[in-house]
Order: sequence, then structure tokens, then C-alpha cells
Amino acid sequence: MAKRKTTRMALTGNEAMAFAMKQINPDVVAAYPITPATQIVELFSKYVADGEVDTEFVPVESEHSAMSACVGASAAGARVMTGTASQGLALMHEILYIASALRLPITMCVVNRTLSAPINIHCDHSDTMGSRDAGWIQIYTENVQEAYASTIVGVRTAEKANLPVMVTTDGFVLSHGMESLDVFDDEDVREFLGQRKPLYNVLDVDNPITVGPLDLQDYFFEHKRGQIEAMFEAKKHIYDAHREFAEFFGVELPVFMEPYRLDDAEYAIVVLGSSAGTGKEVVDDLRDEKGMKVGLLRLRIFRPFPYEELQQVLGKVKYLAVMDRADSLNTMGGPVATEIARALYHFSERPIIHSFVYGLGGRDVPPENFYEVIEKMQWIAAGNTPDRMVTYVGVRE
Amino acid sequence: MPAPKERKWDELKGWKELAEISPGAIVPGVPTSPEYLTGDWRVERPIWDEDKCTHCLLCWVFCPEDAIMLNISEDGKVVKMIGIDYDYCKGCGICVRACPPKIHALEMAPEEV
Repeated sequence: MAKRKTTRMALTGNEAMAFAMKQINPDVVAAYPITPATQIVELFSKYVADGEVDTEFVPVESEHSAMSACVGASAAGARVMTGTASQGLALMHEILYIASALRLPITMCVVNRTLSAPINIHCDHSDTMGSRDAGWIQIYTENVQEAYASTIVGVRTAEKANLPVMVTTDGFVLSHGMESLDVFDDEDVREFLGQRKPLYNVLDVDNPITVGPLDLQDYFFEHKRGQIEAMFEAKKHIYDAHREFAEFFGVELPVFMEPYRLDDAEYAIVVLGSSAGTGKEVVDDLRDEKGMKVGLLRLRIFRPFPYEELQQVLGKVKYLAVMDRADSLNTMGGPVATEIARALYHFSERPIIHSFVYGLGGRDVPPENFYEVIEKMQWIAAGNTPDRMVTYVGVRE
Repeated sequence: MPAPKERKWDELKGWKELAEISPGAIVPGVPTSPEYLTGDWRVERPIWDEDKCTHCLLCWVFCPEDAIMLNISEDGKVVKMIGIDYDYCKGCGICVRACPPKIHALEMAPEEV
């Protein structure tokens, strides 16, 4: 796999995603601005105004309309992208389900921001976690380089699986943090993605179809079952899309997850997004300075949930700390912890799991958070039983 | 009341076949609404009195279901109401309201079970 030409640039996460969108040159972008994702479509609209893309840009009056316009355009065979965050994603909620059930491969850049109230513009994962049952593939990225590459591979993934994809960055941490990254040439990105081959086209007058009809007790379940199967099959398409990306560009991305020093780990931390970088530092310190067998697993793709892969890498771990940057308000902690517990319960070899919720509303995530998590797991390993299934890290008591 | 068309369980398609012919729950072909007999939603039915009817066709104009049946003469100049299509009439009663009060050729009656 020969490496394609790259150019070193310094970009924020939002700039990198907008740049990727420029290279992808989608047919239609419909979007509405919202902090901290505004810059993505703002910068993209400049590419449109400057004639650097052929995109039909639709500046709509709300996120509900943005996703609705995306659905219509995608059903007409267009390659469609958009971007949003937080309340905007929440306002799209009902249309998210329609996009996935109609099997429309829309790619959306989401900048993770918490949900009101109280109002707050900073990072946690409660927005996309709130969309986790909407039938979208979800990719959480760790840094700007990965956000850029994931936007491109996200389009390929969506169009292979015929399911919509969210590619997320952590609000402000990545969206407004500048990093150096290597970008590909426009021509290479466009050659890699080629033309979308839609499942159907509502504008094909020779083969008329009805899209989104009433579907009651007699057929709804069968149609939903087909959509569910598409998510089962999406795993294969996700692997294929990432393999094709690696073969074409000569750059390998982690697919569902990135294990870090997990091989003989007794203790492990699961975390999503940019916090993983801090966690890896702590793992290095605990291993190299204190001789602890600690590892970390960064979960990159949360939907579909990679339960088999997780068992393979976490099955032999004794004590597993799952760190969620969102709380399910179910008195058991975060959604990732709940799902990992469910996933590993299926197998006989599984660790003791404890849920940790951290960094809500953009609360800083220093290395101390990770040391505290490992200390709690050591306390559990010493034979103690926590009162609750979840511990809150970095909050004042 | 006309007997609703039975759709037998074992004649309905399974999800695997549907996933092939209608991915994304699209329905191949248009129009599809005639296949769906909405008449069984009805709890009241309009009764038409042919003797009172002046064939002004206001009911036909307002009917949201196109359930007012017409006969059109060959030269296209004479259009007459000939009845109500109870396969599709949902019993909304708009035709009864549209019918001029002095004529009163339409009236709602409870649907008999």
C-alpha cells in the first residue's frame, strides 16, 4: 500500500472537517449553525461561494429542516453531508430515525456538546449518546488528524452500508484546538470516493417508487427488521471501508477500537474521544514508573456496538473501568458502561466492571481523573463493594 | 358494510424478501394508495338520497378521498353522482356539510357492525 501524497497543515477540528468536506465535494449540504460546530458549515459555505466545490448549499431555518432537506436530497441519489451539535442534534432527532430507516447514507460531522439545562456550550457526549438508538453509525475521534480522515472514510462507510454516519469530535477540545495534520490531495479524495451508487432514486421517473409511505401492523415490523439487519451487516462494511481507505491512502486507521497496552493488563480503562490521549499518558506512567498492569481501550465506533471485538480484547482483564462523558440518568452510570456490561455478560470470561462519569459540561479532564479511576478499581480489587454502580470523577462533593 | 379484503398472514412477505424489493421501506410503483382500503376506518357512513340530489357535485369537490362516484356522459357534458365508494370513504362527513342544506341529499348514519 503505497502512501499517497500528503501536505502538512495546521488546522482546528472544525477547519479539518470543513476541509475534508471540501475535498469530498458533496452534491448537497443543508445545515444550520450551532456552537461549537458553526465553523464547519460556515467555512464550507465559503468554499461554495468561492466555487471550490459544486455543492448545492441549502441554508435552512433549523436543524429539523436541515436533516429533512438532507433526507430529500439523499433519497434523490445525492451525496449529502451536514454538521451540527448538541441542541441542534436534538432538534434533528425525529428525522435521524427517518434517514436511517430510509437507508440514506448521509454523513454528518457532529461536534460533541452537552445538552441543556443548564445551558452550556462545552464538551460531553450526551448529545450523540442521546441519538444512539437512531440507527446511525457513530464514529468518535481522538484528534484532529483522525477527525479529518474519519470524515472521508465516514462517507465511504455510509455508502457501503447504506446507513447514515455521524463522525464526532469533542467540542472545543478538538473543534477549536489547532493541531498539525497531514491532508491528502483533493483529487485523491475524490478518486477514492468516486460516485455514490444509491439503493434507489426518488427522481427516477422510469422506475417510480413511493418513499416513506404509511406502514402499519402488517408490515412495519418486517421493514424495521430489515433495517436492523443492515446494522448487523454494517460491521462488515465498516471493516471493508477502512481497509479500502488504508489500501488507497496508505494510512491505517483504528476501526472499531484502539487497544493501548492491553496485552497482559489486569486493569483497563475504556474511554471515547479526546480524553484517551490523557488516559494513555497515565497508563504509561502507571506501567513504566509503578509497574502496574494497566491498559486502555479507546472505543472509536459505538454504533454498531462491537461486542465480539470487545470480548476479545477485554475478556482477560480483571478490573474494567468504563469512563463515560455522559450519564444515562438510570442510576447505573453512562451508556458505554451499560452496553459493555451487557456485551461482556454474554461471555463466561469477563472482568468486574465499574462505571465512571467524568468531564460533564466541558469540565477539564486532567490526568488526576484517570489516577482516581484506577485507585477506585484497586479499592474494588481489594475486596470492597461500591455502594453504587457508578462513581463521578472530577465533581465537587 | 363491504367485507374488508382479508390479507392472510402466510401470504404477506417476510423481511428478507422485503429487504430485497423495498430497501428503506420504499414501495416500488405508484400509486399505492388504491390498494389500501380506508373504508374500514369508518364509524359513521354518509347515506345518499338519489331523489333529492341535484348533482351540483359540491360533495365531490370537497371529498378528501375521491370517494364520490361519478358517471360522465360520452360527450363529457353531463356529469352525475352515482353513489359513494365505501371501500375508501372514511366517514369524515365533509360531504354532508358540503351538501346545500335546502337539498339535504346526504346524511350521516351510524356504521352497523
